[in-house]
Amino acid sequence: MMRIPFAAAVGLFFTALYFLAAIFAPLLAPYGMAEVVGDVWEPSSATHLLGTDNIGRDLLTRMIYGGRTTIFIATAATVLSFTTGSVLGFLAAVLGGWADQLLSRAVDLLMSIPSLIFALVVLSVMPVTVPVLILVMGLLDSTRVFRLARAVAVDINVMDYVEAAKLRGEGRVWIIFREILPNALSPLVAEMGLRFIFMVLFVSTLSFLGLGVQPPEADWGGIVKENKDGIVYGIPAALIPAFAIATLAISVNLVADWVLNRTTSLKGGRG
Amino acid sequence: MGDAMLDVRDLKIGATAYPPGEPPQEIEIVHGVSFQLEKGKVLGLIGESGAGKSTIGLAALGYGRGGVEITGGEVWINGRDILKGGMRGLRKLRGAEVTYVAQSAAAAFNPAKKLMEQVTEAAIHHNRFPKSEAEARAVTLFAKLGLPDPETFGNRYPHQVSGGQLQRAMTALALCPEPDLVVFDEPTTALDVTTQIDVLAAIKEAIRDTGVAALYITHDLAVVAQVSDDIMVLRNGDKVEYGSTDQIINAPQEDYTRALVSVRSIEHEEQPPTPDPVLRVSGITARYKGTPFDVLHDVSVDLHPGQTLAVVGESGSGKSTLARVITGLLPPRSGEIEFAGRTLSPALEGRSREDLRELQMIYQMADVAMNPRQTVGTIIGRPLEFYFGLKGKEKRRRLKELLDEIEMGDGFIDRYPAELSGGQKQRVCIARALAAKPKMIICDEVTSALDPLVADGILKLLLNLQKIENVAFLFITHDIATVRAIADSIAVMYRGKVVRYGSKSQVLSPPFDDYTDLLLSSVPEMKLGWLEEVIAHRKMESAGN
Repeated sequence: MMRIPFAAAVGLFFTALYFLAAIFAPLLAPYGMAEVVGDVWEPSSATHLLGTDNIGRDLLTRMIYGGRTTIFIATAATVLSFTTGSVLGFLAAVLGGWADQLLSRAVDLLMSIPSLIFALVVLSVMPVTVPVLILVMGLLDSTRVFRLARAVAVDINVMDYVEAAKLRGEGRVWIIFREILPNALSPLVAEMGLRFIFMVLFVSTLSFLGLGVQPPEADWGGIVKENKDGIVYGIPAALIPAFAIATLAISVNLVADWVLNRTTSLKGGRG
Repeated sequence: MGDAMLDVRDLKIGATAYPPGEPPQEIEIVHGVSFQLEKGKVLGLIGESGAGKSTIGLAALGYGRGGVEITGGEVWINGRDILKGGMRGLRKLRGAEVTYVAQSAAAAFNPAKKLMEQVTEAAIHHNRFPKSEAEARAVTLFAKLGLPDPETFGNRYPHQVSGGQLQRAMTALALCPEPDLVVFDEPTTALDVTTQIDVLAAIKEAIRDTGVAALYITHDLAVVAQVSDDIMVLRNGDKVEYGSTDQIINAPQEDYTRALVSVRSIEHEEQPPTPDPVLRVSGITARYKGTPFDVLHDVSVDLHPGQTLAVVGESGSGKSTLARVITGLLPPRSGEIEFAGRTLSPALEGRSREDLRELQMIYQMADVAMNPRQTVGTIIGRPLEFYFGLKGKEKRRRLKELLDEIEMGDGFIDRYPAELSGGQKQRVCIARALAAKPKMIICDEVTSALDPLVADGILKLLLNLQKIENVAFLFITHDIATVRAIADSIAVMYRGKVVRYGSKSQVLSPPFDDYTDLLLSSVPEMKLGWLEEVIAHRKMESAGN
């Protein structure tokens, strides 16, 4: 391992913090997730570090559980969007011709509809459960990944080493996973950081609009929605999830930047 | 030496290196080089890549390219040290007193502006000449450099003229401000031999007529011998030998210079053709998808087992397309390919694994022919696994054997391509082709991206391997010297047709057709006065017609 630059170390620290908190939520949270433990919108105190929410639940507890839901959904949707998006993108690049046309035009069609509106329409007719949410978000977002993966793979596909593999008689699986994928990884990893953050924002937006995670389950967007009325009275409860989203976004991107720098050395090196 | 126009004293140049996995390091790439140049003289800087020749050339403009810095020494031009003048001094100097001709004129011209505007820009900007006079000068220079319609040539855009013409336009650009020194950085390297000779003659005449001093940077000793008065041989940032052109060519003192002069001394005895050729290409006509014209017209050649067929021609002659047709990447419109006694399917998809195994290919750019994220062991090992199902110990043993054959140790197994030199990369590509135990290998310009001495090593290796493995080579090249060294038979291609075909001795002995004559006479020879002889010969011929 090389020396980690300061910015990346900061990013790594906060990202790890959020993910650990998400994983160990039941151990860390001081109270039960939906347990009413105090008055409405109590200020922060020794017993309630971040105060209480609009119906008197402990806000820190809600934040920890909310982070768990948000991060889990965002991660699962990102993984889904990357596997479908990049595999289809690579396939389109390698196959070319009508297969490429078919896939690319289908993706264009999906992309021509604003994804938030599309998601709202789909979720209003489907039961809003966590798997459905992940599926909808992941598939909608995979169109962006498809575009990137296809563009990168088209460039790599014309390199002499891919031609050499074709002349050897290699199958598509080897060409996609052994020749193209390792060389396309850098831009994809960088994009993954960015996409993860968009997913966090996406699920938060859906929850804020009431079509995402359903109460009493907590998630960051939902917490903003529950506590938004407090802002009028100078209650900062709604700003705390916003702050969490912002710090998570920045730290994940710092890490992604560093990974990108590390894997693209001047000599086209290796990661 | 007070009257020297350019006086470089103990020049040291440093750069920052980024070795993989280590912190950046400051390294010295030119270690104290000194030379002088008088007005009207030409000094040739010669050496292989990494010798520091371009870096030294650019230092004459007080410039260090990307992360390169002049760390010590002095550069005196017209009696003042340009390194002490600061940016303002340099700005006055560049484009006025010292000008530069880049290797790739196509990349150096702005495609959005007409040539005249670009050729006269420096002269006008530096107040060397008013606009009308600068344009008049440009027209005179166009005429002198043998460009067509000198009066209107400047009205064209860069894409409207040929590569050779563009390189001459760049020379006009450099000469227009009436500089005292011109730095030529590999001005003919990117050109075909037949074009190179015209550009070379034009540059030489222009230098003589205008009386400027020039630094001529190249890796081709035969070229520099035609234009320069003195030659400095460089290696790894050090001066190896410095003397008059006559002395360097005819009486080199150092071993390294001797090696450069005597390069291409490979001897290969021509083999007679056999009754059963391993490859028989008959009547191939091909075109690229979506284009309306044929790139290959009725091409027929034979290649005999264990022999080398050289396919020669300039860029655009269709020689690489022929390789694509033979490999199946470009199915022909008509014609047939017979390989090892069976007819090959025209398209790659229709070929058996055995067809693919027996017909291997080595590429020009070893850099991009290997996956940068696979180790040497994977690159060479994959064909062993794929064609022969070798695994574990067996595979390891065969890997070692192959690495020995290409004269590299098994210490290279875990290295990545980025950790190899240019010559080593090409050797690994050769090993990858050999791993398949092929009957025939297509070598597409395999030595053109390499330095002469390294290329020599690769050619010797190929000939050696041919003897051991009895493999046939289809050798695509534009370099006649390479052909002389290794071929058994030759096909000369021009505009998609085979214009001359036969055994090496037949093709290379008179009577010649016009194109072969032009091609053969254009290859620079390592002797003084060769350029004048050729030009005189051509003038006589055209006068005779």
